Amino acid sequence: MITKENDNQWPLWEVFIQSKSGQPFKHAGSLHAPDGEMALLNARDVYTRRNEGTSIWVVPAKCITASTPEEVGAFFDPAFDKVYRHPTFYDVPEGVKYL
Amino acid sequence: MSTLSAGELEKRFQEKIDANLYIEPKDWMIDKYRHNLIRQISQHAHSEVVGMLPEGNWITRAPNLRRKAALLAKVQDEAGHGLYLYSAAETLGISREELLEQLHTGKAKYSNIFNYPTVTWADIGAIGWLVDGAAIINQVMLQRASYGPYARAMVRICREESFHQRQGFEIMLTLCRGTAEQKEMAQDSLNRWWWPSLMMFGPNDKDSPHSAEMAKWRVKRESNDELRQRFIDRVAPQADFLGIKIPDNHLKWDETKQHYHFGEINWDEFYNVVKGNGPCNRERLNARIKAHEEGKWVRDAAAAFINKRKSKAA
Ligand SMILES: [Fe+2]
Ligand SMILES: [Fe+2]
Repeated sequence: MITKENDNQWPLWEVFIQSKSGQPFKHAGSLHAPDGEMALLNARDVYTRRNEGTSIWVVPAKCITASTPEEVGAFFDPAFDKVYRHPTFYDVPEGVKYL
Repeated sequence: MSTLSAGELEKRFQEKIDANLYIEPKDWMIDKYRHNLIRQISQHAHSEVVGMLPEGNWITRAPNLRRKAALLAKVQDEAGHGLYLYSAAETLGISREELLEQLHTGKAKYSNIFNYPTVTWADIGAIGWLVDGAAIINQVMLQRASYGPYARAMVRICREESFHQRQGFEIMLTLCRGTAEQKEMAQDSLNRWWWPSLMMFGPNDKDSPHSAEMAKWRVKRESNDELRQRFIDRVAPQADFLGIKIPDNHLKWDETKQHYHFGEINWDEFYNVVKGNGPCNRERLNARIKAHEEGKWVRDAAAAFINKRKSKAA
């Protein structure tokens, strides 16, 4: 029968993969591992079996601070009414180039 | 947002789903949604893991190196699929240990199809072609399931699955173009795997208990019968190409419906296997428990290694 051998599960790591040099790192998934080095090895075997990456980050999941979904409206509200942050807000007279 | 009433939260949850948005782990969700998803995703994960057993049976006996490398790679992929799905289930608040315990104690189910034996090499062909083929149809639908981590795992899985079905079909094709005996082996394998593959899509819509809710929550976007029909429509011409016969005398193309008509599925057999009376239920579970127990030293060694390194650093 199964005995509960390690009640304290290994920490959870979030895996980020850079697909090509120069590209941003993108979240790929997560895994459990006892430390960062083993998390890296496991991430390589689990998430890059088909050359999906040139570089991997593993981050302890507990170290991530995330915005709260329920407050999404209020949280991102400051950007809602600032149309002047976009180039389309400005008039460019016809005939003027390179603007 | 604790000020919102349960009714209001529920309303917003459903609106989000109806707007084709995704639910993420920290979002508020209906308890039953969470509960059903844990059941479905973990069943799916267990199926990937147990699914390695019937195929693993043939790795050492693959007929040549090319086939062996492909089969090894496929089985390794299935282990990865299990991991993606366990990770997705864990985001709903259940631990990996609990999930494994549910599998090992028989509390959780896995796909019925893996309770059938792989008695000839042709079965490896039939599994890739039919079993992975059926799984792909289901998984393509799930790529847009409303739960973000599940949908993302499915996108990754679907990308990896595409070679699984092809290598299976290639095995079948090689056998069908081989000697009369080899072709006979392929036919025998199709005979045994056809009906269980159709059962993979689950009971008929009218007898499917969880479907309505899961459809409303955009987890199940198409019904069991629709998916099953799509599978048959795709696979029947492939069997014709192979020159082997699907073991269903009622199977025939319906010109007006633009679908294949097919015979009645033996649901008594299905429920009998679900209840644990299939040819390999006990064997699979025991093999799974044995693998877990025999892997204990690896987990222990990794833990010991880390402790040693930590104490050195201190
Ligand atoms: Fe898979
Ligand atoms: Fe597969």
